[in-house]
Amino acid sequence: MAGEKVKLLGYWASPFTLRVHWALKLKGIEYDYQEEDLPNKSPLLLQCNPVHKKIPVLVHDGKPIAESLVILEYIEETWKHNPILPEDPYERAKARFWVKFVDDKCVPGIFGTFSKVGEEQRKIAKEARENLKILEGELGKKRFFGDTKIGFMDVASAWIICWAQIVGEIVDIKLVDAEEMPSLVSWFQNVLETAPVLKECTPPKDELLEHNKGFHKMLVASAST
Amino acid sequence: MAEDEVILLGFWASVFGIRPRIALEEKEVKYEYREELLVGNNKSPLLLQMNPIHKKIPVLIHNGKPICESLIEVEYIDEMWKDKALLLPSDPYERAQARFWADYIDKKLYDPAKKIHITKDDELEAAEKDLIEVLKMLEGVLGDKTYFGGDNFGYLDIALIGFYGWFPTYQTYFNFSIEAECPKIVGWGNRCMQRDSVAKTLPDQRKILELPKLIRQRLGIE
Repeated sequence: MAGEKVKLLGYWASPFTLRVHWALKLKGIEYDYQEEDLPNKSPLLLQCNPVHKKIPVLVHDGKPIAESLVILEYIEETWKHNPILPEDPYERAKARFWVKFVDDKCVPGIFGTFSKVGEEQRKIAKEARENLKILEGELGKKRFFGDTKIGFMDVASAWIICWAQIVGEIVDIKLVDAEEMPSLVSWFQNVLETAPVLKECTPPKDELLEHNKGFHKMLVASAST
Repeated sequence: MAEDEVILLGFWASVFGIRPRIALEEKEVKYEYREELLVGNNKSPLLLQMNPIHKKIPVLIHNGKPICESLIEVEYIDEMWKDKALLLPSDPYERAQARFWADYIDKKLYDPAKKIHITKDDELEAAEKDLIEVLKMLEGVLGDKTYFGGDNFGYLDIALIGFYGWFPTYQTYFNFSIEAECPKIVGWGNRCMQRDSVAKTLPDQRKILELPKLIRQRLGIE
C-alpha cells in the first residue's frame, strides 16, 4: 500500500490517540501526524469528525475514520501484515470483549477517581480497583493479553495501567495494587520493552504526570467556582 | 457445521438482545432461544455462569463457549457463518462507517430512548428532543437507501432496528410521533419488517405497549 497518504489527527496526551500510534507503528505504516490544539480545533478535524469533533481521527487517502477502536479495526483490515487480532472468531470476540470492558468500566472508573472528591471518589475508586482486579484475573500468568505476543487488547488498553498509576499519584488513592495485581502492574512496561517502536512514540510518564497534574488543578478550580 | 449447538439468551423487548437473534435468522443458523426473566431479577444460572462480569443479555453460547456484548456477537456470527448473507460490507472503509454509526447509536440513542419512559414530566421534552436529534442524524446517514447497508440489510440495520420496536410506545404514552419527525426512519423500519428475520423477532406490538407501565411501577415512578 505504498504511496497512500495516511494522516493521524491527535493530541499528545490522549491515550486514545496513543492507541492509533501503537497500531500504525506495530504495522510499520508511514503516516503524518497533526497535533491538535483542543481548545482551537483545526478546520480539518471539524470537517473529518463533524459528529463528535474529537480526536483521534485517521485520514487515509482523504477519507476520515473516527473513534479509536473503529480506527484500530480499520488499520487491521487494511494492512493485513503483522495481525493484531487473532484468526479464530471466538478469540477475536474475546479480545473485543475485553477492550470494551476497559472502555466501558475501567476508563470511567479511573477518570471518576481523578475528577470526583469525597465519598463519591472513594466509591468510584473502589469500583475501579475491582474492575482492574477482574482484568488481572484475565491476564493471569500471561505476559500479554495476546498471550505470547502483543495483541489487540494490549495495543488498545495497556496504557490504562500507566494512566491509573498517574491518577493514583495525583489524587493519592492507590488504584493499581502491586500485591493484588502482580501481572497488571508490569503489563504496560512489558509492552514498551518488547516493542521499542512503541516506546519511541509513547510520551514519558513524568510528562504525562505533569500534564495531568495541571489538568487536575483546573478541574478542582472549576468545581469550586 | 454439523452438530453445532447454538443457544441465545435474550429478553423479548431488549433493543440489544434482538441484534444477534436477527443475525442468526439472516444466516439461517439453527439456534435455541431462551427467554431470560429480567423483570423480577430472576436471571438464570446459565446467564450468570456465561456472563459473570456483566450478568446481562444477550449471551450467545456456541458449542458451550459464551460470546457477550450484542455487536461483538453480530460480528462473531458474521465471521463464523461467512457463507451466507454477509452482514458487514467487505470494504474496510465501509465497515468502519458501519461500526462508527453503530457505536453512535449505542452512545447517543439508548439514553434518551430509555429516559423518555422513566423520566419526570419536566425532563420529558428534553429527552424527546435528544431522541429526535439522534434519529435525524441517522436519517442523514440512511439518505434514500433501502437499508443502511444500501441494497443489503446488514450490521447497521441490525444495530438500530430494536429501537424501532419501541416507537409505538412513545406514541401511546406521550402522543409523541416519531413518524412525524423522522418519516425516513419509520419508512426504513417498515421495510425491515418485511424481512422474516425482523418480523419474527421484533417484540409483539401489544405486549410492548404494556411494558413501560410495568417499568415505571417497578421503579416507583408516578
